Amino acid sequence: MEYIIEMLHITKEFPGIVANDDITLQLKKGEIHALLGENGAGKSTLMSVLFGLYQPEKGVIKKNGQEVKINNPNDANALGIGMVHQHFKLVHNFTVLQNIILGVETTKHGMLKMEAAREKVIELSSRYGLMVDPDALIEDITVGMQQRVEILKMLYRDNEILIFDEPTAVLTPQEIEELMKIMKSLTQEGKSILFITHKLNEIKAVADRCTVLRKGKYIGTISVDDTSKEEMSEMMVGRKISFAVEKSPCHAEGIRFEVRNLTVSSRHSTKKAVNNVSFKVKKGEILCIAGIDGNGQSELVYALTGLMPIESGQILLGGVDITKDSVRKRNMAGMSHIPEDRHKDGLVLDYNLTENLMLKKYFTQDFQKNGFIKFDFANQYAEKLIEEFDIRSGQGAKTTVRSMSGGNQQKAIVAREIDTNPDILIAVQPTRGLDVGAIEYIHQQLVEQRDCNKAVLLISLELDEVMNVSDRILVIYEGEIVGDLNPAEITVQELGLYMAGSKRSEVTL
Amino acid sequence: MNKIKNTLLSDSFNRAYSSVFSILIGLLFGLIILMISNSDQAIDGFVIILKGGFNTEAKGLGQVLYFATPLILTGLSVGFAFKTGLFNIGAAGQFVMGSFAAVYIGVKWTFLPAPWHWIVALIGAAVVGGLWALIPGLLKAYLNVHEVISTIMMNYIGMYLANFLIKLTVYDSKKALSMNVAETAVLPKGGLDHFFFNHLGTTKDMSTVNGGIWIAILIAIVIYIILNKTTFGYELKACGYNSHASKYAGINDKRNIVLSMVIAGMLAGLGGGLLYLAGANGRHMKVVDVLAAEGFNGIPVALLGLSNPIGIIFSAIFVSYITQGGNYLQTLNFVPEVIDIIIACIIYFSAFALIFRNILPRFLKYRKEKKATKATGQMETDAGAAAETEVEAAAEVKEEGSDN
Repeated sequence: MEYIIEMLHITKEFPGIVANDDITLQLKKGEIHALLGENGAGKSTLMSVLFGLYQPEKGVIKKNGQEVKINNPNDANALGIGMVHQHFKLVHNFTVLQNIILGVETTKHGMLKMEAAREKVIELSSRYGLMVDPDALIEDITVGMQQRVEILKMLYRDNEILIFDEPTAVLTPQEIEELMKIMKSLTQEGKSILFITHKLNEIKAVADRCTVLRKGKYIGTISVDDTSKEEMSEMMVGRKISFAVEKSPCHAEGIRFEVRNLTVSSRHSTKKAVNNVSFKVKKGEILCIAGIDGNGQSELVYALTGLMPIESGQILLGGVDITKDSVRKRNMAGMSHIPEDRHKDGLVLDYNLTENLMLKKYFTQDFQKNGFIKFDFANQYAEKLIEEFDIRSGQGAKTTVRSMSGGNQQKAIVAREIDTNPDILIAVQPTRGLDVGAIEYIHQQLVEQRDCNKAVLLISLELDEVMNVSDRILVIYEGEIVGDLNPAEITVQELGLYMAGSKRSEVTL
Repeated sequence: MNKIKNTLLSDSFNRAYSSVFSILIGLLFGLIILMISNSDQAIDGFVIILKGGFNTEAKGLGQVLYFATPLILTGLSVGFAFKTGLFNIGAAGQFVMGSFAAVYIGVKWTFLPAPWHWIVALIGAAVVGGLWALIPGLLKAYLNVHEVISTIMMNYIGMYLANFLIKLTVYDSKKALSMNVAETAVLPKGGLDHFFFNHLGTTKDMSTVNGGIWIAILIAIVIYIILNKTTFGYELKACGYNSHASKYAGINDKRNIVLSMVIAGMLAGLGGGLLYLAGANGRHMKVVDVLAAEGFNGIPVALLGLSNPIGIIFSAIFVSYITQGGNYLQTLNFVPEVIDIIIACIIYFSAFALIFRNILPRFLKYRKEKKATKATGQMETDAGAAAETEVEAAAEVKEEGSDN
């Protein structure tokens, strides 16, 4: 069978690292080809090369056997290569139709001609079962729908090669299933799909073949049907990985952290972002707050950690009311916080690793004397954490954090937060965007904290994580707790229904 | 050859290099304007500008240092605020208010004995300058009023208020200038009077340079230490780089915004004190409706010094040197206004240093990439090479981030 796109022996170097080392990727027409690899394995570099954002040092790209040169994304578009980015690129106060034609507007004498475009969009939408209303505003439709708009954008441009970058990260289980169907129907119509992911279940579900990268090197291309999940993950990580989180039964006792009737107003609307939420976290327990993104989790965490004012309610840590305390006081009282957005809140990207690791300790007696930072001590401390938590970087403690990979940035945050020896660890999507190896590691750390009789509050969107790690699950929907569940007694499907708001139980605390 | 290139690509070198490079472009631009305004004497004029302070030998060099002194302080003022993520356009107002405080104390508080008089006057200048910046600082921290707007307004309020107060208290109507400060309030020469004078027959033609330049350099070093060695500087820079993360870390960002503005204002105010406490030969405050040039020139000085306190010392001396050179242009047939334009062009064009800092390494990298295939192995081990692609690396990280 002929290949529609071939990337042969691609080598791309950055100073100090070879991001892609002699990588070959061959995409057959009409197949779904998964690209699997850890963070920093070179997936995005490879896709950037295909998209014309980088020029490789070595190697050629061929389309239908013809060698092509892709100098910029426009060239890529002209060759029929389209991409759905993980973070959608949509104008929120535009309609679906306006978003789709943006950049390729059909005009007559400088005036927009929408009718032809609308017909084409409706035709495409029904042909592929996308069911998108062309006149709906983006801000009014669900995330899953928005993703379909992104897909329509590619189809409208007659792209033949569709790149999906981590498409399922933002979707509910039900939406993921629908997406899988759509992807299959796309290939039936002759489109070819490159599917970037590190979720093995999804690869198993839809992909025909899978190319695995590890640390910039090409490991192999396999047929998905003939390979087990375990084999794939071993190829990806280079060692055996346990999928189940190993943990002993939970021995929770005694309340460590309590929230009473917390209400937080929303920045955007008059609706409450968090509405009358109460819960307790026991010592030695991992309590998980599950929910679809945007149901008040961020506001809840910001309120708990003192980064956002609350309207009413009480927060108690170890029986002490900390509702009115500053962030610093809360931290000193034993609260740690692994933030949702590591670039915005968690790190000062232009500081080096040492300076970031001491971000919550620089003012203590160990780190300063008369206002002068003891850099020698700080560096030793950083070396210790780097060793202990296996944080990898180009120049050790002196590395600017901006230049580190996402997984290692996250490890640095986890190291910093756990090393403060917290009473309550608030971890918000601690494994977001990480590969299985790093996820396994962070989950172990969370469980270890629990086993040390600490309280852990985990806020997560990943269903696997919710089910595997937590001892108890609270489901949040539109700012309210709608379920108090035991992960051992509930199925993923049921949890999905709670998260989507179509099911709720009386929560007794 | 490779060694030289890698040095060229190293970060610290690149910083100084880009400043020098942009100064050269600024000078070239100045030459073009000289050509346009008076082509016959353009080359002669250009030589005069380049000779700067040397035009009048030792005294001229002394004057360069004298006028560099306030520029170091206003440059530090802008640069310090900039490190904290604030853009202090208000150095002019803080400078003029500080100047007035120094002159007022210098003229009126004659009850103070010799060293204390000028010391108190300088402290007064810094305090008043700091107070002048306190208002925009508070507005920014607690009401989220952008500091650019409020400091610009404070510039005008400061200018008119200073004019009013000078006329009211320390005005010498015969000379239409502020009065001479008392001898006890004049800054000591700091040993510089042995070097910076010209022989005028049997008498010495003294430069007005004084120990102020030592104070300015000392302050620059102190600021450098504060920014790089203390917890306070660590907090300030954290706020400047990422205010969200510093809030998350429990740093009181409101307090830091206010403090940073106040310190910036104190620096600018002190600059005023150092300029005007210079005795009868030195500068006197004029009552004119013009914002103090020293304040605005602090911006290019800070940019040219890339906000590094030590870099600012050199960039202030450069700006002062060129300005002095411009003054001597009047010996040729150049209109004073044109001289101002030329000097302003050179200074502001040079301040594009920051832009060149980004363009230059990319250009060098591009050339290097072309030859990369030949010397790959060697390149990787070289630490110098790591700095070259800051921009690229950032882009890469971004990509990796969204790849998640």
